[in-house]
Amino acid sequence: MLARNRGWRFLPLAALFSLLLAGCDGVLNPQGPNARDQYDLIVLSFVIMVIVMVVVYSLFFFVIIRYRKRKGQTGYPEQVEGSYKLELTWTIIPFILLIVLAVPSVMDTFVYAKDYTKDKDTMHVKVTAHQFWWEFEYPDLGIRTAQDLVIPAGKRVSLEITSADVTHSFWIPELAGKMDANPGLVNKMYFSADHEGVYKGKCAELCGSSHALMDFKVVAKSKADFDAWIEQLKTPASISADAKQGEEIFKKKQCIACHAITPDQIGTGPNLAGFGDRQVVAGFRPHTAEWIEKWVKNPQEVKPGTLMPNLGLTDDEAKQVAKYLLELK
Amino acid sequence: MEWLTTVDHKKIAVLYLVAGGMFFLIGGLEALLIRIQLMKPEFDFVPAHTFNELITMHGTTMIFLAAMPLIFALMNIAVPLQIGARDVAFPFVNALGFWMFFFGGLLLNLSWFLGGAPDAGWTAYAPLSGPDFGSNGVNFYVVGLQIAGLGTFIGGINMLATIVNMRAPGMSFMRMPMFVWTSFVTSIIILFCFPAITVGLVLLMFDRLFDANFFDVANGGNPVIYQHLFWIFGHPEVYILIIPAFGILSEVITTFSSKRLYGYSSMVFATVLIGFLSFMVWAHHMFTTGLGPVANSLFGVATMLIAVPTGIKIFNWIFTMWGGHIRFTTANLFAVAFIPTFVIGGVTGVMLASPPADFQYHDTYFVVAHFHYVIVGGLIFAVFAGLFYWWPKLFGRMLSETMGKWTFWLFFTGFHMTFFVQHFLGLMGMPRRVFTYLKGQGWDELNFISTIGAFLMAAGTIVFLVNIAVTARKPVGAPADPWDGRTLEWTIPSPPPEFNYAQIPLVRGLDALWVEKTEGNKEMVPSEPLGPIHLPSPTILPFLMSVGLFIAGFGFMYAGQHFDNGLAQALFNNYIVAGIGLALFFACMFIRSLFDDRGFHVEPEGLQEKGAKA
Repeated sequence: MLARNRGWRFLPLAALFSLLLAGCDGVLNPQGPNARDQYDLIVLSFVIMVIVMVVVYSLFFFVIIRYRKRKGQTGYPEQVEGSYKLELTWTIIPFILLIVLAVPSVMDTFVYAKDYTKDKDTMHVKVTAHQFWWEFEYPDLGIRTAQDLVIPAGKRVSLEITSADVTHSFWIPELAGKMDANPGLVNKMYFSADHEGVYKGKCAELCGSSHALMDFKVVAKSKADFDAWIEQLKTPASISADAKQGEEIFKKKQCIACHAITPDQIGTGPNLAGFGDRQVVAGFRPHTAEWIEKWVKNPQEVKPGTLMPNLGLTDDEAKQVAKYLLELK
Repeated sequence: MEWLTTVDHKKIAVLYLVAGGMFFLIGGLEALLIRIQLMKPEFDFVPAHTFNELITMHGTTMIFLAAMPLIFALMNIAVPLQIGARDVAFPFVNALGFWMFFFGGLLLNLSWFLGGAPDAGWTAYAPLSGPDFGSNGVNFYVVGLQIAGLGTFIGGINMLATIVNMRAPGMSFMRMPMFVWTSFVTSIIILFCFPAITVGLVLLMFDRLFDANFFDVANGGNPVIYQHLFWIFGHPEVYILIIPAFGILSEVITTFSSKRLYGYSSMVFATVLIGFLSFMVWAHHMFTTGLGPVANSLFGVATMLIAVPTGIKIFNWIFTMWGGHIRFTTANLFAVAFIPTFVIGGVTGVMLASPPADFQYHDTYFVVAHFHYVIVGGLIFAVFAGLFYWWPKLFGRMLSETMGKWTFWLFFTGFHMTFFVQHFLGLMGMPRRVFTYLKGQGWDELNFISTIGAFLMAAGTIVFLVNIAVTARKPVGAPADPWDGRTLEWTIPSPPPEFNYAQIPLVRGLDALWVEKTEGNKEMVPSEPLGPIHLPSPTILPFLMSVGLFIAGFGFMYAGQHFDNGLAQALFNNYIVAGIGLALFFACMFIRSLFDDRGFHVEPEGLQEKGAKA
């Protein structure tokens, strides 16, 4: 894909902008072609707007300083009706500025609307948003996962996004803009990551109590690592004797009723295959035994409004379950 | 009692002011709670669900119950006076509009005490607001807003009829003060966009209360339709708010620069154009919904176009001040500060109009910053300007300028502190409507600054309240024309007598009073001989009608619920309460049509003296 940089004409201002926001995360730190194009548009529009502001502010401050009423000033100023020439000027110049912004905007709008869902060189993922977690299905590979969207770095990923309950919005600030997940409708988008790494993903549309906590991660791996990940996911996890007790509890307490532990099955809750390799617990907490225990013992406290029930696990049971879950690799 | 039965536009303005002001304080308190919760990462000041109730109620209250009524207050003060009329076209309807808004708002806010407020955002997108996901509070939203919306709707029609029919002789459309023009355009927008939200709310109500399936996917509904209905209303709504602000500004800036408005006809043209375009751009709230590139491009470009008429206005204001003698009263400080503030809101608006960039901005704090710059930095600044400007006319007392300046500087500084940094929070990836955020994302300091700013704004508002309290104790004694004004309202005593004008003036040009002043006349030339003045009688019916709808609202909301108390169960579940409310409503309508109320006449000689003294 082309990395277009239209900001070059405004290099000095763009440099200032970058300097101001250096070290910032998110939208200002694009790590993929889509986010980079969007960043360029943001810089372009920012530069145009700075020009507008400089003009307006100079006039404004000149006027309020120069024409303030002074002591002893009497009589009335001349009553001016207006000037067609001037008024035409500030009608036409904004038009021109807007065209400069509108042309690349419209072009990009069409670029992003391209449909790669049938494209052979693209990886396909079906994204389903739930209150308050994300389900990722790789139809070509026959696997499902949740919370971590694992992708090969540098490869175009085409998404078909929908929702199982309310409207959510899929957003990875550093890689691509948002796309809503509407129940009953499928939205398409695509993106790719330049480098290997872990990128923050978020839900951007208010979807209930834990909307703020409906995070996910995009894990971009090298081609080889990605293939290895698939292989490992498909091989059943070997549970050590130590963790067998946790497995029992997991089954006895009916966790298994909602959570599938093999990547080919569907459950009402997140699929837990490969859970041991995930980045976070409950979508946003550090992936430690301690947090897993907290989570399974009292889900409502960690993530208000979650559908996962409190099963009344004892401290010991929680510990066992955590041990077991961490071995699901 | 006098206040419950009044049909006088000046008293109704006061009612709007008090009620709108009260809701403004409630909404402000909600905002402070929101900002406290976001002061630090992972703060647990309010729980997640309560936070969602707070943001929903903050938005809903500020837009529907604070901003709009405050505008209606100013329109009710100024429009009849500025066009040289004795009252609005339909005084009864005016009172009815106020009471409906008030009881709708009351019903909505009672949700806090009756099992929880609405929690689906002020936009209440289905299905989150639908029967399966939304809490009981959403019922209060759909019913309360329908009642309040009806009030606004009839208020808008009344304004239209007033401006079209009640102008003094000689006041052609192109001689109308800018505020009248903007009130006129705003009323037209109300006329066309409120039906859209009413449809949206009715459909949602049917889904929630009567098991319909308009937005239920499982039964063939489509939730995106709700978004369209909401924003076909919602975007023009933004212009309902900001266009009158443009009008107030034009009045205040011209008066305090002692200059006529620069480019009056292009201002009128720009206002009408903005009003028209406001209906052409709603889908820019829905760029990420998946409407496709054609829709996104068209709505994106249409949105950018709005910058052109808005730019015309900005430059015209600056050139109005050019060469003038600018006096920086509190009113004018707010008006002048509007310009640079609103420009920031405007340019971010253009940035948001580019669909691919909006994929990044959408639903982030960048958007939060943008619309607060427009609505607070635009509308609320203008409302303050308008209040300081017209306060003497309405109450006959001058607000304290010293305290006014404190209000301005506190509010102005606090405002920019609160919202300027939010642009950056948004670009750094902070979504809106999040009740908390994790550490280590670089958002901590900016959020903290934002919260401090919110407190400064609150401090400014408190100084304003003190100012009102102190001013209220002063004797009435403001001059008729304290600011050396240009328009008709400054030709009559402050506060105006009940009938406003003993003789309707003859208008001989734009800025009618100014025309007389420059010709050396002390007062307006009357257009009619002195004679008895007809006024409508006060009536309790508008109040009772609104109470009826209020009761009916509860009846419908609770019809589907189970009560342990047998009596309550029988009353609500058999729609008896709903029936009582509707019966009261229709009975009042019946009475109104049955008894011919001819109003009364006042003899101007006697009352003119009284009016001057009052």
